[in-house]
Amino acid sequence: MDLRLDRLRVEIDGSEILRGLSLDVPSGRVVGLVGPNGSGKSTALRCVYRALRPSGGTVWLDGDDLSAMPLRESARSVAALTQESGSDLDFTVAETVALGRTPHLRGNQPLSAREHELCRRAMELMDVAHLADRGVLGLSGGERRRVLVARALAQEPRVLVLDEPTNHLDVRHQVELLSLLRTTGTTVLVVLHDLNLAAAACDRIGVLAEGALVAAGTPREVLTTELVREVFGVDAAVVDHPLTGDPQLLYRLAPRPVSP
Amino acid sequence: MSQTSPPAAAAPAPADRPPDPPRRPATPAGTAIAAAVLALALAVSAVLAVGLGAAPVPPAETARHLWAALTGGTIAADEVTRHQIVWQIRTPRVVLAAVVGAGLGAVGTAVQAMVRNPLADPYVLGVSSGASVGAVLVGTFGALSALGIHAVAAGAFLGALGATLLVHAVARSRTGLSPLRLVLTGVALSFGFQALMGVIVHLAPDGEAASALLFWTMGGFGAASWESLPVVAAGVTAGILLLRASARQLDAAALGDETAASLGVDTDRLRRKLFVLTAVMTGAMVAVSGAIGFVGLVVPHVVRILVGAAHRRVLTVAPLAGAVLMVWVDLASRTLAAPRELPLGVLTALLGVPVFIALMRRRGYQFGGR
Repeated sequence: MDLRLDRLRVEIDGSEILRGLSLDVPSGRVVGLVGPNGSGKSTALRCVYRALRPSGGTVWLDGDDLSAMPLRESARSVAALTQESGSDLDFTVAETVALGRTPHLRGNQPLSAREHELCRRAMELMDVAHLADRGVLGLSGGERRRVLVARALAQEPRVLVLDEPTNHLDVRHQVELLSLLRTTGTTVLVVLHDLNLAAAACDRIGVLAEGALVAAGTPREVLTTELVREVFGVDAAVVDHPLTGDPQLLYRLAPRPVSP
Repeated sequence: MSQTSPPAAAAPAPADRPPDPPRRPATPAGTAIAAAVLALALAVSAVLAVGLGAAPVPPAETARHLWAALTGGTIAADEVTRHQIVWQIRTPRVVLAAVVGAGLGAVGTAVQAMVRNPLADPYVLGVSSGASVGAVLVGTFGALSALGIHAVAAGAFLGALGATLLVHAVARSRTGLSPLRLVLTGVALSFGFQALMGVIVHLAPDGEAASALLFWTMGGFGAASWESLPVVAAGVTAGILLLRASARQLDAAALGDETAASLGVDTDRLRRKLFVLTAVMTGAMVAVSGAIGFVGLVVPHVVRILVGAAHRRVLTVAPLAGAVLMVWVDLASRTLAAPRELPLGVLTALLGVPVFIALMRRRGYQFGGR
């Protein structure tokens, strides 16, 4: 399913957070969104999973205007991992993952056998099946994050929107999650802070600064020494990953102050 | 940089965390059993409560009187007084206690979910103080006198609705109903209504306003009658079923507004619906029995400990638990210090405070991890 952000504008309390952002996420591709803090990445994602109504522009889903769809209908196609990490109530892991079926079910309709199986598979994929009967509030931040990804997978989305999915995850689970994204065949729009993980995981990368796209293309086209200096204000060398050939950044820290 | 740390172990180290909290009977069967046990307890409690009082009636005889009244059977002439006590005085009172207890359990659960706050209870949005202002205005200054004996209840209901409408209007912002703003507005305006009550009690021509105030802030089922019961019972029952029908949406909303939106749940709309439902239910209950504290606060928490947090289960079990609790509290209120009646709020607080403290200190029970 194609996702297209078309001249998205978001204005909140007089300040313009997105100024005409356009970005294509072709069907089945993994597109990364990177940029400094406050550049509008999460705001753009909010417009896609409909926690926010853009002040201008359109989000297209296979040529359908997202804002013209009922919320439930778009939730059957678009699942999201938001930055909200918690829960007010101590649901079990299995209950939380089952909530992924909410847009597919009427009211309190119970899950079918197929849906139970779907949830179980999602939990296994995210390595949380052994936690199924535990309360989510007793889990570590990383475990809880994986439960929420499993919940998004159980939604059977055709578009997956992830806001910093690797937050709190240990290295193994970061690598596993990003590897998984490339194999599901789902259209993925993901915000990542780690540029090297973005370069390894994404087919294309969009770079956001002050609410507008400043570069978009393959990781190799986008992640250059000049761009990283200009957008992030950081000195870095770009090298090829010795095993995969993906471009990777090596950062240079500011020189140490000379001790007296 | 020092290099003293040992090489990482091959196997992942066991996580450093307290032992798992006990598993809850979170299965559908566990909930069904809990519900069945509570329903049975409710039936037994009700028959016992109808029998007990200033003139005790043995349970078997109570059951016979109830059966006769329900099936239109006959009773002996010398039993008429007894039958009157059982059927006309005690039964409506016990049924009303059960209905209000059930309603408070359900509304408490819904309000805690609506404002995302474990300390919320059905009265947090100013319903009870608004109701007392309405009732005392009617009682003291004779407003709505055209409604006859229902004037005070009507005044309380209107006061409750007026208060919640005011809270809604003040708390509402461009971005919708924020949970925190709702709570803060409710608490602030409650203080305002209480101040208003103080003024009315001071200006009232006689001491009646003060005792009326005590009733509305502490609650009681002394005014129960077959006349007023059907409206409240129907309203509360319908309300509980409607709240329960939104159970999955309530679950989704507990994950946060943004996550809920991504699951197709419009939390702003859900909150508006909950607001109207809980305001009408609470208003109706306060109008007939005053504001009975602690039940709506404690019952949802206790039930979550028993059957887990999923609203479908909580909204099945909490009404039953609230009903059983309220029947016994009402029985205690009219028998412990007979012939005087203790205000219900006194008893629920005496019972509720220790339960609440035990609950807070319990490990493994968390609400929001805050």
